Amino acid sequence: MPAGERTIMALADASTFTGRLDELGVAVSAGPPAECAAMIDAAAGEPAVGVPLARSGPDAFADSPATLPDRVGTDPATADLREAHTGVTAASLGVAEYGSVALEADAAGTEPVTLFVDRHVVVLRERDIVPDMPDAFDWLGPRARDESVDVVFATGPSATADMGGLVHGAHGPKEVHVVLLRDGDAADDASGPGDEPEVDR
Amino acid sequence: MSSDAGPGSETGRAGGAEASDIDRETKAERIRELLATEGDAVAANTRGFNEGRYESTGRLDGYEALKAEARSIKEDAIERLPELIDEVRETVEANGGTVYLADDAADANRYVREVAAERDAERAVKSKSMTSEEIEVNDALAADGVEVVETDLGEWVLQLADEEPSHIVAPAIHKSREGIAALFAERFDPDDPPETAEELTMFARERLGDLIEDADLGMTGANFIAADSGTMLLVTSEGNARKTVTATDTHVAVAGVEKLVPTVEEFSPFVELIGRSGTGQDVTSYISTLTPPVDSPVPDFEDDETPLAADPDGAASDREFHLVLIDNGRLAMRDDETLKETLYCIRCSACSNACGNFQSVGGHAFGGETYSGGIATGWEAGIEGLDTAAEFNDLCTGCSRCVPACPVGIDIPWINTAVRDRINRGEADPSQLDWAFEELVPDEEPGGLDLATRLVGNYATLAKLGHETAPVANRLANAGPLRALAERVVGIDRRRDLPEFARESLVDWFEARGGPAVSETEATREAVVYPDTATNYVDVERGKATVRALEALGVRVRVPDLPGSGRPPLSQGMVATAEAAAEDVYAGLAPHLDAGRDVVVIEPSDLATFRREYERFLPSESYERLADASYDVMEYVFGLLESGADPAALRAPSEGTGPVASGKRIAYHPHCQARTVEVGEYATAVFERLGYDVRVSETECCGMAGSFGYKTDYYELSMDVGEPLREQFGDTDRTVVAPGTSCTEQLDALLDSSPRHPIEVIAPRE
Repeated sequence: MPAGERTIMALADASTFTGRLDELGVAVSAGPPAECAAMIDAAAGEPAVGVPLARSGPDAFADSPATLPDRVGTDPATADLREAHTGVTAASLGVAEYGSVALEADAAGTEPVTLFVDRHVVVLRERDIVPDMPDAFDWLGPRARDESVDVVFATGPSATADMGGLVHGAHGPKEVHVVLLRDGDAADDASGPGDEPEVDR
Repeated sequence: MSSDAGPGSETGRAGGAEASDIDRETKAERIRELLATEGDAVAANTRGFNEGRYESTGRLDGYEALKAEARSIKEDAIERLPELIDEVRETVEANGGTVYLADDAADANRYVREVAAERDAERAVKSKSMTSEEIEVNDALAADGVEVVETDLGEWVLQLADEEPSHIVAPAIHKSREGIAALFAERFDPDDPPETAEELTMFARERLGDLIEDADLGMTGANFIAADSGTMLLVTSEGNARKTVTATDTHVAVAGVEKLVPTVEEFSPFVELIGRSGTGQDVTSYISTLTPPVDSPVPDFEDDETPLAADPDGAASDREFHLVLIDNGRLAMRDDETLKETLYCIRCSACSNACGNFQSVGGHAFGGETYSGGIATGWEAGIEGLDTAAEFNDLCTGCSRCVPACPVGIDIPWINTAVRDRINRGEADPSQLDWAFEELVPDEEPGGLDLATRLVGNYATLAKLGHETAPVANRLANAGPLRALAERVVGIDRRRDLPEFARESLVDWFEARGGPAVSETEATREAVVYPDTATNYVDVERGKATVRALEALGVRVRVPDLPGSGRPPLSQGMVATAEAAAEDVYAGLAPHLDAGRDVVVIEPSDLATFRREYERFLPSESYERLADASYDVMEYVFGLLESGADPAALRAPSEGTGPVASGKRIAYHPHCQARTVEVGEYATAVFERLGYDVRVSETECCGMAGSFGYKTDYYELSMDVGEPLREQFGDTDRTVVAPGTSCTEQLDALLDSSPRHPIEVIAPRE
């Protein structure tokens, strides 16, 4: 696909994605990777724990200027998790039509950090948004077969209607905030073509 | 569990009215009680889910294509099931897990107990799983001293209350918020008792959070399992399944063998359909796709100062995973042509939510040992046996509103009909395959079949007899002592009006007036009006109106003498009788089809029988010929107008006086089965074309559903199912129309007005 066409498609997906998040009551901050820490800082409550983005998301975060703010403690113990208001992790993928984010369980503790907290702040690169559910499962299939990955497609906050009305935060987070990292600026592109996610768009 | 439908009790039932009297009373009492105690909560929730389904699937591009894709994945997977079981064993073991194929519940429980014992488990936490309810693993573990805690909020409430789920997806929908608040107050005596939904949820979250932290074993079900990778998919919203898996080092997943699909990519259509079909959510909050043992570190909640990720390379090695695949009758269902389709079920609950009867009473009446709603007949017949299915099977009225709702296209009413036939025959052995297609003469329905079933099943014969003796039959039929006898022996509720038979049938009237009125040369088309039993012998006026309307539009009409369609025997599970009727109807219509004539049907349930069930009874070529040539009368009128017929030939709203013509405003209740075969909207289109203002009912089924509402056991339920119609049309000044005969009876009872068939409103006057 020519580069220009690809950008337009990606923009359309990002717009669909943020529209769905809005309907789900999920707040969104969007900006370049260099502003990632500031966006997280504004979105996260106190205290906050997290997993370094390169350890919980795509490898490309290792070379990205996107980082966690200092006040987000990494490598938490269960006591920190109990205390934490907010958990910050990266997501591997976004699904535009549904407003879903793919959270990968890993040894660094992404799964508990996204789950045992009141607010989950999730960092996603705009380029990792795919249009629809079949694209997400085309992405998952090879990784499940080859790497035995464990992925949760999370859409909005935890919810229940079992107690006589819709309530958010049944067991998991009551709120979700997505920090969307815009492509296209020089700093991010500098990380090179090798970091493209293996997604057929 | 005891049942009166077992083979051993047939003679007793047929012999004495006393015994069936008692059964009826008990059943009716149970239904009355549920209507009073749980009906309102169940109705509000299920109707909400059902509306949500329409909205959510309406937003989905390519909904029908996705359903077809999901169906074909299931067909393929069940076909290749033994191969997929072998494959998943290899992939799960390669991932470091274990697969156990359990023959039955006891075998599965023995294995789970062994795992618990090996891990010295004192407490197991569990996310919602119908399969684990099926095998009753909680009781098995409790017997070994293992505490089992349900972590789904609804399941936890039921565990505390010691009650059974009333719905396969939302197990506690029969509980009100107030009831849950009272339960928590009683069980925990908290200082500040939670009352609002928010407070109750947070109270449960905290309690369960503590219980999860100390748990040793995590149990889940699985909605789907991909054989190619050993990946299991869990559909949840609360996050309890995620916590159950993450917080414990031993994960036991219990799943029926039918949950296997070949590849991970094939999860996709199900993920798009399951939430929309069930509770009307586009997707639930969490779709977990786990390829266990999972990669997360096991949090140590006691030593809470050590970083979670202390051992980045060894996290997964601390974890154990056991996949317990359950047969428990499923592989036998796979070899049973009728029950096989049940294995395609993804337990979304659409068939429960779309069902009028379920909306009124919920799964405590419309359900068996584990499963509930329309598809439960298939599950319970296959897993528990016919006796269990017999306890609730007749709550399926065959209205067929679940058919378009089912995301994998299971013909749920047919499974109910076929199982009813087996129950009628006292067949205990579901492996007898050819029963449905045996060359049985209709009169050879089993001798033990009860009288009520046979009478309804032979309605065509009765109606003919009634019409031949009309003055006497009508007077006798509604006479007090006879009604009392009918209620006691046959179970026809005396609060219902019985149909009044006409002295001159439609066929006789047509012949007497001299046959076709439009000459062959003038005719635009030629059509046969099918004289269904109700139109021919009871409601002759709508038949005459049909003839007038079609002739006014230039159609050369004939009304030949034809047999009943087989719908009444079908509703009673008398499959062989219905099949014989199909053959007779086709034989009668074949010369007309040869001559290129259309077949116009007034009664929607008969049209639905031609288009749906006849596929099972007739050779495929005959079936397709009849299905293609037959039309709902309003569909036919619509087609004629579209092809250029003059609408001025029909009655516009402004014309004439009297109750019908006085209204330009129409309230229309489409027949349930007409909507399923997608002809319900033509009446609206025709009315609007002629300048009427139409309001269409939103109720899936009126509740009468053929003979169902006549039965004493179900009178109250039937009236309750119709309640939304009363709410919508109760004080309307609109002219109420309904094409179904039994809908007409029901609307009459509900609204105290006598609705007409739409054709009677638009046909020119005599």
